[in-house]
Amino acid sequence: MIDFFSSLNSPALSFLKYAFLIGIFGSVSFGIIGTYIVTKRIASIAGAVSHCILAGIGAAIFFRQQFGLAWLHPIYGSVVAALLSAIIIGLVSMYTKQREDTVIGAIWAVGMATGLLFLAGTTGYVDIDAYLFGNILLVSRDDFIMTLVLNLIVIVPSLLFFNNFMAVCFDEQFAELRGLRTKLTYMSLLCMVALTVVLMVSVIGIILVLALLTLPAAVAGHFTKRLWPMMVLSAILCAIFTTGGLTMSYHANLPSAPLIAALAGAAYLMTIIVFAVIRRIKQRSNNLKTVSK
Amino acid sequence: MGCREVVKIENLNFSWDNSVLSLEDVFLTIHDCEMVCIVGPNGGGKTTLLYLMLGLIKPNSGTVKILNEFPDKARRRIGYMPQYLKLDLQFPVNVMDVVLMGRLRHGFWGRYSRADREIAERVLDEMSIAELARRPFAELSGGQRQRVLIARALACEPEILLLDEPTANIDPGFQEQFYEKLRELRKRMSVVIVSHDIGFVSSEIDTVVCVNRHVAVHKSSEMTPEAISDIYGHRIKMIDHQHDLTPQHLKQHHKLHHIGERDD
Repeated sequence: MIDFFSSLNSPALSFLKYAFLIGIFGSVSFGIIGTYIVTKRIASIAGAVSHCILAGIGAAIFFRQQFGLAWLHPIYGSVVAALLSAIIIGLVSMYTKQREDTVIGAIWAVGMATGLLFLAGTTGYVDIDAYLFGNILLVSRDDFIMTLVLNLIVIVPSLLFFNNFMAVCFDEQFAELRGLRTKLTYMSLLCMVALTVVLMVSVIGIILVLALLTLPAAVAGHFTKRLWPMMVLSAILCAIFTTGGLTMSYHANLPSAPLIAALAGAAYLMTIIVFAVIRRIKQRSNNLKTVSK
Repeated sequence: MGCREVVKIENLNFSWDNSVLSLEDVFLTIHDCEMVCIVGPNGGGKTTLLYLMLGLIKPNSGTVKILNEFPDKARRRIGYMPQYLKLDLQFPVNVMDVVLMGRLRHGFWGRYSRADREIAERVLDEMSIAELARRPFAELSGGQRQRVLIARALACEPEILLLDEPTANIDPGFQEQFYEKLRELRKRMSVVIVSHDIGFVSSEIDTVVCVNRHVAVHKSSEMTPEAISDIYGHRIKMIDHQHDLTPQHLKQHHKLHHIGERDD
């Protein structure tokens, strides 16, 4: 363990330190936005947005190479692609009569295809796996700073407009009748989902990110029936899962993203089972009481 | 009468799909000194009429004015109680959270002040559910949820209270109390109730608005079995409820009116 903590400070392993910091700071946004995703039931939108990020990454790498734009970091492409896909899904669900889930599925797959085509057009080797599943070996100080910036953009509005977001998620019609701009509020929420997804791509990748967005909130939902405690609890759980997964990956020499996702999945499964058992026991003791009467 | 017009609908036609009219040639005026109940069969256009008054949908032709303004301007002066079945009951909110939504501000900014909280506490008290304030909304009974939603509508401090099916899930114990409450509320605001339950057309109601594509307005004193069967377009059984009866006496005191002969 001491060996582990000393490696956190070792300059040669600075990526490890930054991966931990990203995990811990990013968890704040993940706790807040994950709670909205679970309670508003928009996990599939989050999934589509995260897969679209590949299109942004692919385009950024392609254009950087073709036009020699050295400043064009893939994360800029990610942000643009995520926001764009979130806005398209939002507009489609508000203004058209298309089936929303079909549109989500289409954007999900087409976004991914676009990314793969851009990457195929790029000469030289591109490590696609690093984007799909995360690769902490590539995490740098820049990634950490980007995470902090995105984190602020997500956290500040979600604290300031907490009541509005809650009202729109719970009863959009009533919020509209109170004079709230519900469409704008919902669209902002989708954009915040998009930014949150980008936030931890370097650590967990675009495919497994959905686990970290939904499972902590799903676990937290068993312990509390109010929105803000659910956010706090899922942020703490998210931080535990990421740091736990990273620590295990260091010791077991296994990839960190799948470990993080598996850890979150195991916690969710355990919660469901424990709560089911508790409910069964309560039922049985109630039955016994009525029988003894 | 020296009463203010709260709702004025003129010459209105509305269709959801631009072919079949859901509401046709509607004229309706509601004054603030009358308690109004909107009745009619399911699918007859009650909810459509309600949405038009709230400005959630626009008429194909004709005008809707609420307190002399267009509905989307006037909607903040309406306290609206939807049917709770439309809400996601798993959403993690407690009773206080829900009632405070009645205090939401205009625009985008949303913090609740101390005054907002005091108003929320007062309306909870008024609906006699102050002790439920910290309970999760999901764990309440149907009747309790209904009361929470009425409290939320009251928290808007409205000039018009619009209740969609308020008696649908009210527990019998609260029913009398609810009528009592309405008597009190109508002194402060105009009350419009939507109900598919004609039994609700009780002595509290002054005016009955019957909606079945067309709209007809009756004084509740004029409501006869014949008038009701006209609106519903078929023969129905009507049970004359008398309140404050104990269950064992209920059977004997129910008067059964058969309107005409049954078809079968």
